[in-house]
Amino acid sequence: MTTGVRRRMWTVLPLCAAGAVAAVVIAPTVGSTSISLTRAFDTSIPWADNVDAQIFFVARLPRVLAAAVVGATLAASGVVLQALLRNPLATPFTLGVSAGAALGAMIVIAAGLDVGALGVSTVPMASFAGSMGATAIVYWLARSQRRGLSTNVLLLAGVTLNAFFSALIMFVQYLADFTQSFRTLRWLMGDLDVGSYGPLVAAAPFVLLSFAVFAVLPRTLNLLTLGSDVAAARGVDVARAERLAFVSASLATGAAVSLAGPIGFIGIVVPHLVRLLVGADHRVVLPASAFFGAAFLIGCDLVSRTALAPLELPVGIVTAMIGGPFFLWQLVRHS
Amino acid sequence: MLRATDLGFAYDARQPVLAGVSLEVRAGALVGVLGPNGSGKTTLLRLLAGIRRPTSGTVTLDGRPLHGYSRRALAARMAVVPQETHLAFDYSVMEMVLMGRHPHLGVFEVEGPADLAVARDALAATSVAHLENRDFATLSGGEKQRVVIAAALAQATDVLLLDEPTSSLDLGAQLDIAQLLVDLNTTRGVTVVVSTHDLALASGICRELVLLRQGRVQAAGATAEVLTAEQVRALYDVDADVHVHPVTGHLSVVPLRRAAR
Repeated sequence: MTTGVRRRMWTVLPLCAAGAVAAVVIAPTVGSTSISLTRAFDTSIPWADNVDAQIFFVARLPRVLAAAVVGATLAASGVVLQALLRNPLATPFTLGVSAGAALGAMIVIAAGLDVGALGVSTVPMASFAGSMGATAIVYWLARSQRRGLSTNVLLLAGVTLNAFFSALIMFVQYLADFTQSFRTLRWLMGDLDVGSYGPLVAAAPFVLLSFAVFAVLPRTLNLLTLGSDVAAARGVDVARAERLAFVSASLATGAAVSLAGPIGFIGIVVPHLVRLLVGADHRVVLPASAFFGAAFLIGCDLVSRTALAPLELPVGIVTAMIGGPFFLWQLVRHS
Repeated sequence: MLRATDLGFAYDARQPVLAGVSLEVRAGALVGVLGPNGSGKTTLLRLLAGIRRPTSGTVTLDGRPLHGYSRRALAARMAVVPQETHLAFDYSVMEMVLMGRHPHLGVFEVEGPADLAVARDALAATSVAHLENRDFATLSGGEKQRVVIAAALAQATDVLLLDEPTSSLDLGAQLDIAQLLVDLNTTRGVTVVVSTHDLALASGICRELVLLRQGRVQAAGATAEVLTAEQVRALYDVDADVHVHPVTGHLSVVPLRRAAR
């Protein structure tokens, strides 16, 4: 092995990337009307006559892309939070970070402020503020314990924050009018039906910025998981690295929640499966989790669209049915 | 090469951990830091390594204050071995050791064959080359400590700071680590500072000692001069018999009873 990590980066990552791209291309062909990929990509047929292309690009692709973006960001934020808190059970959902983001988004949606100045949606910003607030609380708890956050404290903090934010969300819900209330409730269940490319474009700067930060983090994350003293002694500027990890994970979670609501368990299921397959090195785990998370959520969304067709299950229910038992299994394994 | 001048440190302003600590570690030295629990040994090592900044006083490396170095530059000069290493994730032994290369790599640089050679060399030096592909979590305490020291060696520094490296090890493993430190010091010329509760380790391998009590230096100097019955009593409140052991030729400290205060 010319260092195992290099080999794994060159074999695992292209495979994962190919899997994610395949999911993005194939998923839109599945649905109530079956369409042909070759016709959809056939440029010789004029756009107006090409029904397959219209279904592919207009009706289905935005939703599949939303699933890809949300799956990738939630999985990647899970990896970053787990390293930051030195605990494999940390995820945006279990820590209450998703709920914080949801509260932020809810307030803006319920107050009817969701189209802000210059036509830029304020929802991603509001959910970023919410996720930032929640992560700040968890991070502060972790800092006050010298040895990193114990699983007990972590889970209790998560339960408390989730309950607290849920109460506030219900309060906002209670104050909202009936139609608004239905819309937000559906969104809270996890809804990838973004309708157009607009929300994707609105979330894009947040997603791109957070992934740009994720790109420089992995080797530092490896060292942070050994403890802050060791990381510092190996040349990591710990305060700066933790700040970067914390802001980028909040940013990514905020963007994901603003797109699709607080979809749970992606942040634990995906990183754990990836670690089982490729080891713990974050240079492989972080990008592989992003790709695999994209494919995984596209798959879950496919199930939610087709399992009870023509009825459509909220995708959050599908991920929870897979993720809940998985989380319990991990809890037993790690304690 | 490493000099601390009038160091003071407090995590909480009402309870200073260190006060007025001055000491010098010369290049090639093998220095032991002794002191009861809570005397500030771990904090002193943190300050010497530049992990924390002293509340007062300065630490200099080759005459330059530590805060004048970047974190990376400092990590290329000094490595730290913590008391215990608990992992939240399952890294392999090789991954653990390669992490020592961090200060020598660019942001996006991946360890190459040269780094791998350094890591293998470090594993061989600590006699755990055969464990290269094992999961760190599955090793015994002694093996883990060797791997952690190997990671510090892979960092290729000329100073090694160890915090009670033998405190959780059995007798055989303690001797192995002690011998390893002597070898590193004599054959590789690594300057070693080691904090410990183990007086046999201190008298057996350290040429100089620093005795810390309640955050202050009680005594410092050549081991034979510092490790006396009076100093042991003042340090630990324990009456002890100190004599040169006929077989080892090192000072042997036999605790007799708790001293009357």
